[in-house]
This record gives sequence, C-alpha cells and structure tokens, in this order.
Amino acid sequence: MNGFQYISGVVSLTVDEAKCVGCRMCVNVCPQGVFVIENRKAKIHRRDDCMECGACAKNCLTSAITVQCGIGCARALIRSVVFGTEPTCDCSGDSAA
Amino acid sequence: MEAASTQPNKCCCRKPQAATADYAGPCQPVSDPAVWSLPWVVGRIPTPVGDVPIVSTTLTWRDRLGAWKVRWAIGRMSFRVPPGLYAVGSPDENSPILATANYKLSFDQLRSQLAGRNAWVLVLDTKGVNVWCAAAKGTFSTDELVRRTQATGLAKIVSHDVLIAPQLGAVGVSAGEARTRSGFRVLFGPVRATDVPQFLDDGFKSPSMHLVRFALKDRVTLVPVELVQWARKASVASAALAILASFGREGCSWEGFVSSGLPSGLLMLFAVLSAVLFGATLLPWLPGRAFSCKGAWLGACIAVAFVAAVAWGSVGRFTPLEIAGWCIAFPVIASYVLMDFTGVTPYTSVSGVRWEVRRALPLQIAGIAVAAILWLLGRFVA
Repeated sequence: MNGFQYISGVVSLTVDEAKCVGCRMCVNVCPQGVFVIENRKAKIHRRDDCMECGACAKNCLTSAITVQCGIGCARALIRSVVFGTEPTCDCSGDSAA
Repeated sequence: MEAASTQPNKCCCRKPQAATADYAGPCQPVSDPAVWSLPWVVGRIPTPVGDVPIVSTTLTWRDRLGAWKVRWAIGRMSFRVPPGLYAVGSPDENSPILATANYKLSFDQLRSQLAGRNAWVLVLDTKGVNVWCAAAKGTFSTDELVRRTQATGLAKIVSHDVLIAPQLGAVGVSAGEARTRSGFRVLFGPVRATDVPQFLDDGFKSPSMHLVRFALKDRVTLVPVELVQWARKASVASAALAILASFGREGCSWEGFVSSGLPSGLLMLFAVLSAVLFGATLLPWLPGRAFSCKGAWLGACIAVAFVAAVAWGSVGRFTPLEIAGWCIAFPVIASYVLMDFTGVTPYTSVSGVRWEVRRALPLQIAGIAVAAILWLLGRFVA
C-alpha cells in the first residue's frame, strides 16, 4: 500500500507457476495489489506489501497459491503464546459474543 | 453460537435460539417478524417466496448516532442487523444482489450508497462484525453465503445468478466453491461501499477500487475507539502507580498523593493515550517499518516534551533518577502501544508481526524493568 510498508522479506506467499492458469482471480481479490499477470501467469510483483490475508489462496482456481495466512496482530500473537491457544481476533473489551 | 452456524440449514424447523443469541435466519416468509418494526424498514415487496422488507437509503440521525457510539466503543458488539434478504427501491428478478455483513455500520454504508436504485441486499450473519474481520474469523464465509442464499430462497426471486460480494469478503469466501454449492456466481466488487454505485453503473472494477487505503481520515476514525479501549486498561495501571507513588520514605500521605501520586498516575495515562493519539495519526511518518520501532521514536519525543515540561517546572517535582526512569518508560510504553496497533491496521502480515514481537517484546520487558528500578531508586533511595 502506498506509503505503508511493513517488515520486508518475511512474507510466506508462493505461486506455483506450473499450476497457474492466469485466471486473474488473485489480482482481483488482493487488497494490496501484490500480483500482476505476465505471459498469462500470476507474478508476485510487490511481495513485501502482502499482508497474508489469504484471499488469493482461498480463491485460486488451481490451488497454485500458498500463503501462511493469519491475523497480523501482536495482541493476538502474545495472547496465543501466553495462554497456549490459537491466535484469534476476539479482543474487543465489550464483546458480547 | 459457533455450533449453530455450522449446522446445516433447517430454516423453519430450526430451534429457537437462546435469548442472547442472534436473530434467527429468515424463514418462509422471507423475513424475521422482528424486521417489520425496525425504523429503517420502509415497506415490503412481494416475491414468490414471501414479502421482503424494503430499506431506506437515507441515514437518519438515529443511524448516525449509532455509528458515532460504536466509534467510541459503546455497544459495539450489539450494533447489528437481522441477517436475511432486504430490498432497495423496487427490485425485480433482474436486479443486482449485493452481499454484506450484519454489522449495522457496514449495512448502513452500503444502503446509503444505493439511493435511487433497485437492488437486493443479502445480509450474512457475521455476528455483528464487519466484512473483513468476519471473513478472517470465518463468519463471512462460503458456508454462510450458501446457507443464506438457500434460506432466503434467492434463486426463486431472481432470474440471474450473479451475487456481488465486497472484495474483502474474499478472505472468507471461495467464489468457486460458492458457485458449485449455491449456483450463484460470486463477483467480488469494490472494497469500499462508496465505489458501489460506480461499479454498478460500469460493471467494471477500476484499479483503485481493489486496494485498501489507510489515509489520515481512516486512521483518525480509529482514534476514539482505541483511546477508549486503552484508557480502560491504562486507568488500572495509572491507579496502581498513583497509590505506589503516594508512598514516601515517611509512608503514605495525602500530601504524598497530591504532590507525587497523582502526577505519576496522570503521567502514565498521558504516556499511553498520547501514544495512541499520535501513533495513529502520525503512523506513516514515524521512522522504521516495525511498529515497535515507530513507537519507540514517538515515545522518545514524548520523553523530550516531558523533560522540557519538568525543566519549566510545570509538571511537579521529580528526582533526576525518576526523570531518567520516565524517559525510558515513555519509549517503551509507546513502543508497546504501537506494536498492538498492528491488529487494527490493514497492511501488517502475521509473519511480520511474529518477526517483530520476537525481537521487540524482550526489549520492552527489559526496558520497563530498568525504568521501574530507576524510578524506585529515585523515589526511595536517592
């Protein structure tokens, strides 16, 4: 995203070019503009912009994309380590759910 | 509640849920009876499967007040819309279908963009959570989308098979799987509701409609809710510090509280809240990529301001060691607050957060320990 770059060189995103059929679904769903299509194949154009949300992998027709998706939230991570649970988004103080 | 959401759809046969549970999904007729008395429901439209409520596209002062309240963390988790199908204008079998979450803020933003149009709005049960977060949590999901299209009898209402979902819902919805299971082709529309009219007119998503933004305006919107949540936590720490700081070498006294306890407690509160306020607004301009690093810089600035204020004699009297303790505490506190901010920004990856927390947290713990020791030495020994 313009003006916002998080830690570089850590993202777990991969595209298997052999499997990719160039359907553009990843380009369509990525909120960070990470992908471009070149020669009918998806290319990772801005790797460090990837926030590992997993929308691309979820919608890849041929499962060519893999990413270790999860929530980029320090509180969730610290809690999961302290309490030995999976990281979750449930942190709202007034959560009724 | 989670268990209920994974059950196969039984619609009318579904057992009534507990009092605290969400609204049951719409049955035949299409809508929950409670829907008809909602202030923003302005009529009904007959369909082959029953009447569908028509919603207003104008937000009233009541809707705006509700939005203002959730921005200040008041009743945030109960700002909901009953899931189900709604109509805008007088839609027919050819009208577009737009899916959204049942967080009322999301729903209101969408309907307010649809003035003068005819459309169907399919509200998924996301437990009152916005589209993106719900998609990550697994409530704005392929399962729920399939279940909701079936429960509302949508296929009998429209003659086409296109369902427009917000793009950020793609985190939880697989278009391919949804098509196989529901018969509807999911088209991921714009990220923001404000782009929906343009998208409907052109049938085309321009590049800027794809991307999330985090402009100053978006960040400032986050400030109130963050301030409230942090104030709740910080007030506990501040109160504890105020009591501790009221003790002098002669024990605890009212004079001690006024001269030292109260200023110390307020300083703690100031450290946290200023980090939230300036951290959110200045985020892209603070140096470093790691949020903890940005926070440390911000805290250093706060420390400089504090030292200047002490030098001017405007914040009470402190011993040099105490001042040193605060000068370490400010960057550490701001560093932690900003690191926590990774959870509300739309560009942090889980790998990055793991990288950052692993490095920053030990330093923060060490820093706060040093600050505490200096402070105690400054108060009770020096």
